[in-house]
This record gives sequence, C-alpha cells and structure tokens, in this order.
Amino acid sequence: MKVVYKSQTKATWCPGCGDYGVMAALEMAFKALKLPPHEIVLVSGIGCSSNLPHFFKTYGFHGLHGRAVPVATGIKLANPSLTVVVAGGDGDGYGIGLGHSLHAMRRNLDLTYVVMDNEIYGLTTGQASPTSTLGAKTKSTPLTGVIEAPVNPLALALSAGATFVARAFSGDPKQMADLLVQGIRHKGFALVDVFSPCVTYNHLNTFDYFRSRVYKLESVGHDPTDPVAAFRRTLEWGERIPTGLFYRAERPTYEDLEPALKDGPLPHQRAGFPPDVDPLKEFY
Amino acid sequence: MVFKVLSGNGAQAEAARLARVQVIAAYPITPQTTIVEALAEMVASGELKAQYVKVESEHSALQVCLSASALGARTYSATSSQGLLLMHELLHWASGQRTPMVLGVVNRAVAPPWNIGADHADTMSQRDTGWIQFYPESNQEVLDTVLTAYRLVEDPEIRLPAMVTEDAFYLSHTFEPVDVPDPETVDRFLPPKDARAILRPGVVSRLGSFTGPDHYVGFRHQVAEAMDRVLPKLQEVESEYARRIGRVLGGPLVGYRTEDADAVLLTLGTTSTTARGVVDDLRSSGRKVGMAKLRVFRPFPVEAVRQLARTVGRIGVLDRSFTFGALGPAASEVRSALYGIPSPPSVTSFLSGIGGRDVGPQDLRRVFEALLVSEAPGPRWMDLETSGEVAAHG
Ligand SMILES: Cc1ncc(C[n+]2csc(CCOP(=O)(O)OP(=O)(O)O)c2C)c(N)n1
Ligand code: SF4
Ligand SMILES: [Mg+2]
Repeated sequence: MKVVYKSQTKATWCPGCGDYGVMAALEMAFKALKLPPHEIVLVSGIGCSSNLPHFFKTYGFHGLHGRAVPVATGIKLANPSLTVVVAGGDGDGYGIGLGHSLHAMRRNLDLTYVVMDNEIYGLTTGQASPTSTLGAKTKSTPLTGVIEAPVNPLALALSAGATFVARAFSGDPKQMADLLVQGIRHKGFALVDVFSPCVTYNHLNTFDYFRSRVYKLESVGHDPTDPVAAFRRTLEWGERIPTGLFYRAERPTYEDLEPALKDGPLPHQRAGFPPDVDPLKEFY
Repeated sequence: MVFKVLSGNGAQAEAARLARVQVIAAYPITPQTTIVEALAEMVASGELKAQYVKVESEHSALQVCLSASALGARTYSATSSQGLLLMHELLHWASGQRTPMVLGVVNRAVAPPWNIGADHADTMSQRDTGWIQFYPESNQEVLDTVLTAYRLVEDPEIRLPAMVTEDAFYLSHTFEPVDVPDPETVDRFLPPKDARAILRPGVVSRLGSFTGPDHYVGFRHQVAEAMDRVLPKLQEVESEYARRIGRVLGGPLVGYRTEDADAVLLTLGTTSTTARGVVDDLRSSGRKVGMAKLRVFRPFPVEAVRQLARTVGRIGVLDRSFTFGALGPAASEVRSALYGIPSPPSVTSFLSGIGGRDVGPQDLRRVFEALLVSEAPGPRWMDLETSGEVAAHG
C-alpha cells in the first residue's frame, strides 16, 4: 500500500514561497526512509515556515514562537524511538529561540532541525531577522538598513556541538531531500539550514540571488569529518556560498547517556519504582 | 489640532510621537506590528527624534525600555498576547523598580489553540504585576489615554508603569477620524520627563539589590501605596488634559444612563460603544437599563463602583476573557468591591467576545435580557449560547 505523508490541509504560503520546496523535500525524505507516519513527529514554533506540520499526516505540535526545540526535547526523551523533526524559521530558531537551539546541539539529542532561513520575518510581514544581510532595508530598519552583524548559524552549530551540520537550498529539493535523509538517519543533533526565499517580503535574498551563488561542497572535495575545514567553509559568504554536508561526527546522544532510558522508551517501561529502589523502600 | 484618519495602532504611534518618546524597543507580533512599523518610519523620516531598536524578543524589548527609563529616558514599547506573556517576569520588575513607562498592548487571545482575535486574557492575566491598566473604546480614546498615561506615570508620586490596551482588529486595524492635538499644546501638558532618573551620573547606586525579609516588604508596600495614589492623581491629570487639550476622559468608570436604571452592564473596551447603542434601544422600548465603561482596571475603581451600585438593582459585568474556576475577572472585582454595602445589587458575570467573536447589538440585547430576568452569578459563556454556533465552531 502506498503510504501517504501529506495531509488534506493545503499549504497557505504565498505562491512561489521557498517553503514549498522544503515541504516537497521532506516528503521525499520520508518516502525514501519508508518511515511509517505514526512514528514521525513534526514540531514547529511560530512563523510562516512553522505552519509546516499542518500539511503532513504525521503527529504534529505547533508550539510557541521560538520554543519548538524544548517541545521536541520532551518528546524525544519520553519516546526516543520516534523520529522527531523540528521545523521553523530563522527568527524562531536563531532569534527568540536561539538559546534552546544551542543547548539541544550541546546535548546532542537525536533530532533533525530544518530551519527555513529566509533572512526575514515572513509572518509578521517583513522585519529584519537575525540572518538578515547587513544594510538590508526592512520594515524594522527603514533608515539605515540592518546594522547588526548577522548570525552565522552553521558556525554556531559547529561550535555548540551539533554532530551533523548541513545547508540546502529550496531551489534544489533533490539535494535537500538527500541531506534530510542523512540528517534523519544520523544519530545525534542534525541541523539542516535551508535557503528558503520569502518572495513577498525579502527582495534581496531571492531565488536568483542564491541560485547564482550556491555551489556544492562535494564538488570541491570537502571532507565533512574535518571540523576545521568545516568551520572554514561556514565562513564563506558572498559571491560563492557552499551547500551540502559541512560536518558530521559520531558522539553518544543524550538519550544514550540518560540512565532512565537504558531499558527503552518510557512508554514501554513498567510504571512505578525502578527495581533497584526496592531495598530503599524496605529500609524506610 | 488636526483630524487624521487613524487606526488604533496609528493612534498609539501618533501619541508616542506627540509624547516625544526617546527610546523605542519592540518585537513584532500580530496585531501590534503596525504600531512599531509606524514608529520605525517616523524615526527614519526624522519626524520623531528617538532611538528605535528591534530586539530579539519581547523580554528584551521590555528590558531595554526598563533600563533606558531608569536612566531617565521616556520610553515606549508595544506588544500583544504571547508577547505580553513573555514579558511577565519584567512586568513585575518594572513596577518593583518604580519605572515610569507606557506600553501599548493590543488585546489578543492567548494560545492554545492559536487565535489572533480580540480577547482580554493577555492583560487580565497580568493584573497582579503592579501595572496600571487602561481599556479604551475608540481610537481617539487610545491617543488621549496614552498621553495622559505618560503624565500620570511620570508624576513623582506615582512612578509606576501603565499599559494602554486596544481590542485586536476592532481598534488596532479599524480607521476613524482622530483629533490629533498640536505638538506645542501637548508639550505644555506633558513636559520633558523629570530628569531625576533612578540612576544618575555621579551618584553611584544599584538596581536589583538583594533584600531580606526586613526590607523586602517595605519595597512592596511602597508600590501598593503608589497604586493607591493613582486614581486621585488621574483625576488631576485628566482635568489638566481637558483644560489644555479640550477633551474629557471621564475617570475610571464612565456611566451612561445609569441614574434611574434597574440594571447596568459594565463593559471594557470596544463593547462599550455597542452597549451604549443597545441601552438607547432598550430605553426607547421602556426598559430601564444603563451601562458603564470600566476604563481603568488597575487600580480597581472600588469607590466608583460602590457609588454606582447605590442606585442599581442588578449589575452585569461583560468580560472579554475568563478566569477558570471563578467569575470573569472584572466581575470578581465588582463583587468584591460591593461586599458590605447595604442592600447590594446582584452581580452577574457574562463572558463574551472570546477569541475574537463579534459582540454585536443582538448579543448585548441577549445579555441585558438575561440580566433583567435572573440574578444568577454565572459566569455565562454567552458565545456558546448562540444557537447553532457551537456545533459550527466545534
Ligand atoms: C512571543 C511571541 N512574539 C512574537 C510573535 C509574533 N511572531 C510570529 S512569527 C514571528 C517571526 C517569524 O519569523 P521566522 O521565524 O523567521 O519565520 P517566517 O515567517 O519567516 O517563516 C513573530 C515575531 C509570537 N507569535 N510570539
Ligand atoms: S510571507 Fe514570505 S515566508 Fe511567508 S508564505 Fe509568503 S513568501 Fe513565504
Ligand atoms: Mg524567516
């Protein structure tokens, strides 16, 4: 039987929005991995991009702005056998929720985080985001343009301890699907930052802008096991911008190290006192 | 003075401009966004000499305003719903630190489930944070209230923060002619902020010090005392506003046809306008009803409510929000205010307009009819009593 991943809900993004490419790539990845929909949880915050879980027939959680990662953390800790994919925007994950993102990377929870990075706040109609280009004129920066240095999400992820760091482009859903497959398979925190243009409010970082700049890391023989080479690549910005897998490492996940989970997911464990506290109960 | 066609959000921004605010820190959220966008434009065009910063969250927005205010700047920020809830920690801080500041809040429902319609649950759930709360009913009143709020909060005897709310979309995105006073007149009403900042150059001092039980209670009590001075001070400020600007705001509780009324409905925000029309209709068919707009919810105008209750048999309170396990927030306050007065009126709590439900004349007519036949305390979820709608809305 053909497994259906998409829900009946039609996406309400503007025609041409980059997020359609992400939705398509995610569906391709689920298909390639043959994941049963009831073993997938899509978690998001708030933003245009964060509407994504509504469009899939998996479990979904549409949480608070910037708080998707803690939601996913709770889900993963309760039942590590689930595939948990977090989806959201640059404002959500690199702005208001940045602290959560860094701590989840440090813990190396087995989550896949897809950030639809459009360098703008789409849903609130076009204010500067943490990844907006220096000088970009937006509704919140009408005079001087952006005067704050943008966040470099991939460099941050590397330094915070993420064990899978990749970048995709909505104009290339095939490459994105491949990275998502690898990211979901990867045991540990996987960040897939996606250039996903906002065609309505960002007239600088457009599809053409990225199409003329992106190149694939595998085409230049980049070694994703070399953290220093990866870091150097994350600093490349301007006329040529790399996409693909920057870095991958093996490190125990938080779930592996958490004693409460050594007997499997909590829902599959017998409720009540773990057996080794019985002597204590007798003592009291 | 000049008439401008403004939305409620436009009126907030225009008032902030007239108040010559110096530091604006904000984070966008629907339906507040157009307030801060307008201010960003005013700063960009040079119309307003202020520093505008879009920070990374509402928490930071309020903190930036708090610090700037402590150093003597006049500040402005605006938010809504989840944004206000995220500010919660600092709302307490603002009053505890005795920071005079004004915050625009577009009243919007809180999640879950997600909803962006008008609803007072966001500000009502912040009622214990030591902020003065105003609930205007028109865009004109939004502008007038923001200006009076600055004058009130910066008074050396007050030094407390105030929020001026607007019902989402009914005010925030609806345009009407607003009489905008000229800047010179406003300057005379609202002089530059008292330079006696909390932190002054040359005087070494600290904020947020640790206090033990010996001193902590004293600081808290000072906030309570300042809050007690708000209503008398507001009367002075509003008289001055009427004298200079020519508009009467009417204090914390503005009654309409209450003198000989058997039943009076208390409202907050935009439902007040609708209620006034319904009172007129019912009066013309011989029903003795009236209404009163609760403009100020904190501090709660206990005396004004008791005064009103002296002549009235039944009071209904229309809350556009809810408190689980109790009556509507305003209804609870009204009941408690009336405790101990001789032969008090009955008080019925009506909840209506939750999550952006429209509250039309027919809805208020039903409220009045219910009020005229029953003294049951409620709360009655009026939105659910509209036949057929419950099923339709799940
Ligand atoms: C606490 C809080 N503050 C503000 C908002 C309003 N808000 C909704 S989405 C958003 C930013 C959206 O930008 P991004 O995360 O980049 O997503 P995009 O819409 O661009 O996909 C904001 C500020 C909110 N929902 N909650
Ligand atoms: S506003 Fe931008 S990000 Fe939002 S749906 Fe439209 S194109 Fe996409
Ligand atoms: Mg964005």
